[in-house]
Amino acid sequence: MKILTLLSLLATHLSASSVNIEENAGQFFSSGHTNNWAVLVCTSRFWFNYRHVANTLSVYRSVKRLGIPDSHIVLMLADDMACNHRNPKPATVFSHKNMELNVYGDDVEVDYRGYEVTVENFLRVLTGRLPPSTPRSKRLLSDDRSNILIYLTGHGGNGFLKFQDSEEISNVELADAFEQMWQKRRYNELLFIIDTCQGASMYERFYSPNLMALASSQVGEDSLSHQPDLAIGVHLMDRYTFYLLEFLEDIHPSSKANMNDLFKVCPKSQCVSTPGHRTDLFLRDPGSALITDFFGSVRKVEITMETINLTEPIQQVEQNFVNEERQKETYSYVDQLPVSEIIHQKPKQKDWHPPDGFILGLWTLILLVFFKTYGMKHLKHIF
Amino acid sequence: PAPKPNQPTSFEATADKEDTSAPETVVQSSVPQPKDDFQEELVIRPLHSGDIYASFQFRTLWETDFMRGNKVSHYRLFPKSLGQVISKFSVRELHISFTQGYWRTMQWGQPFLPSPPGAELWVWFQDSVTDVDGTWKELTNVLSGIFCASLNFIDSTNTVQPSASFKPLGIGNVTDHRFLRYATLPREIVCTENLTPWKKLLPCGSKAGLAVLLKSEKLFHSSFHSQAVHIRPVCQDWQCKTTSWELRQTLNVVFDLHTPGQGKLEWSLFKMFSRTLTEACPLASSSKIYIDITDDPQGEQFEVSPATHLLSQAMVLGDRRTFSVYDLTQQITFGTVRSLNLLIRWKSSEDMLRPLLHAERYVAGYGLQTGEIHTLMYNNHPYRSFPVLLLDSVPWYLRLYIHTLTVTSKGKDNKPSYIHYQPSKDRVRPHLLEMLVQLPPNSVTEVTVQFERALLKWTEYTPDPNHGFYVGSSVISSLVPSIVAMDTNSTREQPLFSSFFPCKEESSYFMRVYTEPLLVNLPTPDFSMPYNVICLTCTVVAVGYGSLYNLLTRSFQIEEPSPGLAKRIANIIRKMRGVPPL
Repeated sequence: MKILTLLSLLATHLSASSVNIEENAGQFFSSGHTNNWAVLVCTSRFWFNYRHVANTLSVYRSVKRLGIPDSHIVLMLADDMACNHRNPKPATVFSHKNMELNVYGDDVEVDYRGYEVTVENFLRVLTGRLPPSTPRSKRLLSDDRSNILIYLTGHGGNGFLKFQDSEEISNVELADAFEQMWQKRRYNELLFIIDTCQGASMYERFYSPNLMALASSQVGEDSLSHQPDLAIGVHLMDRYTFYLLEFLEDIHPSSKANMNDLFKVCPKSQCVSTPGHRTDLFLRDPGSALITDFFGSVRKVEITMETINLTEPIQQVEQNFVNEERQKETYSYVDQLPVSEIIHQKPKQKDWHPPDGFILGLWTLILLVFFKTYGMKHLKHIF
Repeated sequence: PAPKPNQPTSFEATADKEDTSAPETVVQSSVPQPKDDFQEELVIRPLHSGDIYASFQFRTLWETDFMRGNKVSHYRLFPKSLGQVISKFSVRELHISFTQGYWRTMQWGQPFLPSPPGAELWVWFQDSVTDVDGTWKELTNVLSGIFCASLNFIDSTNTVQPSASFKPLGIGNVTDHRFLRYATLPREIVCTENLTPWKKLLPCGSKAGLAVLLKSEKLFHSSFHSQAVHIRPVCQDWQCKTTSWELRQTLNVVFDLHTPGQGKLEWSLFKMFSRTLTEACPLASSSKIYIDITDDPQGEQFEVSPATHLLSQAMVLGDRRTFSVYDLTQQITFGTVRSLNLLIRWKSSEDMLRPLLHAERYVAGYGLQTGEIHTLMYNNHPYRSFPVLLLDSVPWYLRLYIHTLTVTSKGKDNKPSYIHYQPSKDRVRPHLLEMLVQLPPNSVTEVTVQFERALLKWTEYTPDPNHGFYVGSSVISSLVPSIVAMDTNSTREQPLFSSFFPCKEESSYFMRVYTEPLLVNLPTPDFSMPYNVICLTCTVVAVGYGSLYNLLTRSFQIEEPSPGLAKRIANIIRKMRGVPPL
């Protein structure tokens, strides 16, 4: 009897734990994405917008720390703060006052910098319509199983975001770009975070599925900056991103925190503005979406027992013969400033010019013909 | 420890065994892998102004052939990204440099490897390339991805094709200048994101050897920082019948004098780079540090610790200089503490040998309409004159008036023996001016040309147009007479810093000097005007047209006010009675 009860207890326990394992395994594959990308954009220029660059770099730092490699991050910084001549500590960008945390780091790779950060380049990166010679590091090579994180910061208003003080991107353009991405199957799920004044207006017009958006302030509100540093002389971070960075510092690659925790970052008491979010287009429940689904890149490893045959290496067979033939020719270094050669060098005339006096002769001919036909009495009107 | 490059590796041996199924019959052999060799060195030279000049050079030599249809697939010390660039774009020579700051020749002397502020790229293509301009455009895009720089802004408006300057620095028999392209971006910023991919090209990365010292926080907190990559074919041996590819990565940095005043100055590796050395790069065949002690052979003014007995002399920049050498491949250099922190204590002396060639450039004039560019070239040699080749590339929006070009030395006209001028085309190509001028001894030669500023279209202005527009540095190439006889034997084992420019004659050496870039203000429009115009026009149209339309199409009707409640009830009763309403 006791053995039976023990056996039955053991059986139920085993079945319960196996259900647990299956649940865990199920959750492991529930998000449906196989790779992660991040597009981080700072759109402001000039030294007093130091905080926007610091915002973007702190998100870059968190995203790199949680596992997304540089090849999957497109970082766009509209101005250079680290090596700016006004920076009292070159090659650093700080996010906390008293210079505690250098978010610039030692191995940063900026893909678009300075004047390259334009609305056109940003939309081309998103939609993938880039000229053929664009290098890989400047492309967003996502597919339909990619989760993409897009972070924008800068100066904005109701329905637009300002790029480098000279052009704007509107919320309609952004929504259309995301729709193009959806049509071309360039993302599985997309998280859009924006830290500007009236940021919620930028996600009002989205209409593609699987988009989740967060903004630092509602329409009619301004996002405020956090704290200045007296040595550097400018504000170092914006409030929303400062508390977002604080929140992300506690996340590690195997963390189970979900999106609902992210929505709680920076309440009105800390941020002064009201952060907003939009999840109606997101097909899953936000509570089931992990933070690391977007900010981290947990790589899924598949173990296989098959053997793979490597292809034959390329044999350099003929090289010996070719070398022997060529050995007759002796090379030498070129004279760097061959003065006599240069003086006697005739520059090549590429453009053909008519011979001298041709134009003069042509005009004389025209005048002669004119006076012949119409008579000499017109001469006094000309001269 | 990496396998020695001379022996065929086990990979090769197994490939030979399993080759029975290959379509082409393989002549069995232990075909040796192409030999590659890596050397690194650091030269430290205290300057007379109290600053200290450190120059890193990393050289990889590889006996392989990227051309003639060979597909190179096994890369060892040579970085794969650059090897693929060379073979894909049929590059014969590539020189790219990123510089922050301007080299002050009068205070610091001559650099080992000169470079202009910003980014500079010049490339010689192979003569098999049919469309050089298209290949150039693709190459700049690819390099912008490799070095994280905005080199994609190099296009036809800032590319020139010099006709006499920038002859190839590697070996080669044909020099048709159709295959040369030269471009500068004076506005390019250099920061950690350019240093990171540069360090990744080194065989040991930044983990071992001299590259451990390259920390960005110290390197960019300096007066001058320049990093460059030079790729060229060189002679393999003294017979020079075969070529090998040489990749040189150089980094020059000048650190500021922090403590002013008299007395002894003290510099150490830790103070300069915030790191000390613990080992040489295991893949390097030679790893050395040279400290220039020429100014103090007796040891009175200098004090270098830890002391070393290795001395070497080298002919560099026309002068014979003495160096103390630290060999990092010897374990004894690191001593018992297993780390090397060189300490230099010295007294700065007042007199410095005046550099023989020096150049300056500035913009004269007033207003936003016209101006004048003045280039001054100083020849400080007491009795020898030498020729210089001046290359000027001016953007199209400064319209040069070449008929106002004057070259004067010592107040008299100095006619150049060669002038090549290519005029600019608006929005297509820049001005190119090349002149061969003989500089008389102990004189200043002034080249002036007047220009007029063009008005750009409003979309062509940068987002910060009030900063100004940059004009790239002028390049002055010359054969300067040397103080001691130069060594023309190119095969003797020489330190890297003295073997960059090939030396053909004993009495002079080749040198390049770059002037300052110019910052020119163009007339800037008010960018809010389109917005103002649209608002005003729309207001005028709405108010004017709207009122007119209303006046013309509005019709007036008389309407009775609605009657009160009592009247309405009375009207209802009257209607029921059949009587007309009130």
